[in-house]
Amino acid sequence: MTLSPPKLVCSNVWKLFGARASEKFAAMGHAPSLEQIRANGLVSAVRNVNIEVRTGEIFVIMGLSGSGKSTLVRCLSRLIEPTAGEILFNGENLLAASNAQMVEIRRHKMSMVFQHFALLPHQSVLENVAFPLDVQGMGRTEREARAREMIALVGLEGREESFPRQLSGGQQQRVGIARSLATQPELWFLDEPFSALDPLIRREMQDEFMRLQSALKKTIVFITHDFDESIRLADRIAIMKDGEVVQCGTAEEIVLNPASDYVREFARAVPKAKVVRVSTLMAAPGGRETQGDIASDKTIAEAAPRFRQGATALRVIGDGGRPVGHLLRDDVVALMLGD
Amino acid sequence: MPGPTSSTFGPWSRRLILVVFVLAFITLWQTGRGALPWAFEYPKGAELPLARWIGQFTKWLLNEATFGLFTFSQLTRFISSVIDLPYRVVLSLLSTGFLSGRGSAAIQLTPSLSYLTVIGLVALIGHHAGGRRLALLSAACLAFVAVFGQWSSAMVTLASIVVAVPLGVAGGGLLGILAYRHRWVERLIGPILDLMQTIPVFAYLVPILFLFGFGPTAAVLATIIFAMPPMTRVTLLALRRVPGELTDLGQIIGCTRAQMTWRVLVPTAKDGLMVGVNQVIMLSLNMVIIAAMIGAGGLGFDVLAALRRLDIGAGLESGLAIVALAIMLDRLSQAFAEKTGAAPAGPGWTGRHPYLLAGLALIVVAGFGGLVVPALQTYPAGAVLTTGTFWSRVVEWINVNYFDDIEAVKNALLLGVLVPFKRLLLDLPWLGVVAALGLLGWRLGGLRLALLAGGLSFLIAALGLWEKAMITVYLCGISTVVAMLIGMPIGIIAAERRGLWRWVQVVIDTLQTLPSFVYLMPAVMLFRVGDFTAMIAVVAFAVAPAIRYTALGLQGVDPNLIEAGRSMGCTPWQLLTRIKLRLALPEMMLGLNQTIMFALSMLVITALVGTRDLGQEVYIALTKADTGKGLAAGLCVAFIAIIADRLIGAAAARARVRLGLAEAVS
Repeated sequence: MTLSPPKLVCSNVWKLFGARASEKFAAMGHAPSLEQIRANGLVSAVRNVNIEVRTGEIFVIMGLSGSGKSTLVRCLSRLIEPTAGEILFNGENLLAASNAQMVEIRRHKMSMVFQHFALLPHQSVLENVAFPLDVQGMGRTEREARAREMIALVGLEGREESFPRQLSGGQQQRVGIARSLATQPELWFLDEPFSALDPLIRREMQDEFMRLQSALKKTIVFITHDFDESIRLADRIAIMKDGEVVQCGTAEEIVLNPASDYVREFARAVPKAKVVRVSTLMAAPGGRETQGDIASDKTIAEAAPRFRQGATALRVIGDGGRPVGHLLRDDVVALMLGD
Repeated sequence: MPGPTSSTFGPWSRRLILVVFVLAFITLWQTGRGALPWAFEYPKGAELPLARWIGQFTKWLLNEATFGLFTFSQLTRFISSVIDLPYRVVLSLLSTGFLSGRGSAAIQLTPSLSYLTVIGLVALIGHHAGGRRLALLSAACLAFVAVFGQWSSAMVTLASIVVAVPLGVAGGGLLGILAYRHRWVERLIGPILDLMQTIPVFAYLVPILFLFGFGPTAAVLATIIFAMPPMTRVTLLALRRVPGELTDLGQIIGCTRAQMTWRVLVPTAKDGLMVGVNQVIMLSLNMVIIAAMIGAGGLGFDVLAALRRLDIGAGLESGLAIVALAIMLDRLSQAFAEKTGAAPAGPGWTGRHPYLLAGLALIVVAGFGGLVVPALQTYPAGAVLTTGTFWSRVVEWINVNYFDDIEAVKNALLLGVLVPFKRLLLDLPWLGVVAALGLLGWRLGGLRLALLAGGLSFLIAALGLWEKAMITVYLCGISTVVAMLIGMPIGIIAAERRGLWRWVQVVIDTLQTLPSFVYLMPAVMLFRVGDFTAMIAVVAFAVAPAIRYTALGLQGVDPNLIEAGRSMGCTPWQLLTRIKLRLALPEMMLGLNQTIMFALSMLVITALVGTRDLGQEVYIALTKADTGKGLAAGLCVAFIAIIADRLIGAAAARARVRLGLAEAVS
């Protein structure tokens, strides 16, 4: 797989809260330990984070409450000023942008979906979705046409004149999503967008989100505290603890090779078949009879039903359409039952 | 805030300090008069001549101060004209009609809005805000005013409010937004707002009278200044309560600062802001009445004049008209606060603005009607009902038949409680009291509170107002105790019974919307002038918070704990005394605090019925336009309020920690 170019690069980003944080940060030699930070009366939220979000990927930042994930995403969008570090957006230093430039970037290039929807209670669905365009100074007919399009996209036609309080949680978040897409942003932040929803609705919204993304191909930074959700949605995951990124990689890498006990705790509960890909488990080709083909980027859980009719091996087809190996029933069974 | 200094002093040494102090205090009090006379009478030579300084400063302001381009008096004149113009317009509309020329030579160009038009407009506004019931209620309130012949005075009062409220809301709101945006503004105005809300209203009037003269403009200005602080507070609070996500949203979609304020923050905080608007309206009404003393005219002037000549009947009718206005304005503004969302709009301009259209039609039709039939323009004098003589007769009858009983009760209380308490307080050495307050502050909240309580009480002595202040403390103290004794049982009984509580709530809500002036009338009717009358009026005014906080405190007790008590086999009495009252203690202490604040603000107004406390000082200063004296006495009242507020606040915070309802602040 060829790597797409990075859209957002974040290097050595720190965020410390407290009085005169940047002064103290410099005094501590730009790389303080947790103890040093506490001894100086500061609270650390983000510590030395380095991540790279590539164009068109879903990058999930996963962490429990207090891990600093919400602060990090606010640093990435510069809603909060980082204490130190560099953030490159399309190769340009975001932290050096003037206020006016930031307003321009936010108006046209990035947008955000919020955990509690952040809908304006006094405005109708249509007005809410059109609000970012209104703020930009777009004329009424044009912005309302665009807003109607977005409302249709998230499946809320007919509710344009409703007010937020008349909608269910799932519907409200659909409005939030429509609003964030109205400006046609390149970079889409979603801050725990489904955490406030019931489990069933959450699942439905995740499917909806994947459907949208397959059509829109945005670059996405998605925040969640739910490991299952991150496995389901992510191209790559960064796991945060105490303000640090403890591991960053694909779901498969994280589940198969957890970097620490902390990550292992999360990974243990995940059925491996759901994250391990055919390409990882496959054996070298040759010497066997195969009973069908399977794409190399499918997960084992997706491939498993194929063995139900008595097949013992499948031919694995790689990216280029050429066979690259064999997937054996015994290996699949061992993985699904095993350790 | 530093906690009680438990680390440096153990419980025994603290107890020892207390015992030593009490002994020293008693020794000083009983034997010190001969040895240390200055501890009883603050030496005249060491008094702070604050009153003189303020007086000289205001004179300098008025005569010499200049900002380069313009002088201070030009500035005051400019402010007057800014208020004067809209006031003239509204007054013409509601009361006098538009005139050409001045004085008796004036010719009326157009008449004012007829009483029917105003009632109709108010009904339309009521219908718009809260449906038919509110329309009927507000129309009925105004009709009441017309029927009892209070129309012209009420319109003068209403005109002041119509001008003062938008200016107060805008001013207070903008200040609140500034404080929200800039921390330094908040830090700067915080203490000023505190002081403004504790200084008695009369004290405001004195400098305004001095700078702006006597008349409706000065009165409206005083009203605006008085009604603004709560709006600023409420605005700041409401903006703070806007969820962080919404401000994030505003930023991420690239709002400019103005867009953020006016398109995101203010609309989202609308509900909270409307509470502030309601407060501004009610405070304006209260103040416009009091501002009659510096020329507001209207209903306030009528009540004041009636009080001065002890014409109970006339005063009561004006008072009732004020009550009607208060209820109408309160319900209307509350309905607007609760109204949510836009009404479904009909097609076209007429569909979108049905109320505006109806209002315009009403003005035109009633206007022409009024030209033809005078009874449609002005409420016919022949149809005015008056109950003035009736009330005078009722009072007369009570006084003839029950004079001795009332006098007996009054004298018993006066001689048995009021006078001894007053003597006791006046007898105490100021030095001892200052020290006692300091010690109490130290025990409750540490060094800072000790310095505050001791320092402010020392200032009262240093300003030479100790004796007057003690009379204020005595009246306020007695009234607070009586109000708590009446309010707490009512609160306890009502807290348990939902149905009863609803009624009690309606009653105390209404009591709180009434301007404080109104309370004086019935008290004077029955008890004439003096300390006892003042006490009755203060108690009537201050009983509402005592009831409210007791009931809310009891209702707020964790139901799990009550259930636990019941399962242990507590009798209802044990349940009340061992669990509920204990846990409700912090809330009830806040109630005590509010009761004291209410009592103090009312006490100052009772200067009209002949008390001899700080309020009287301010009142006298007002009649002489003596800014220095008025402000000095006003500040002393504020000091008393601040001391009581901080000490009780600290005690409540400690109680909350002790009961495990809050974490100890380290």
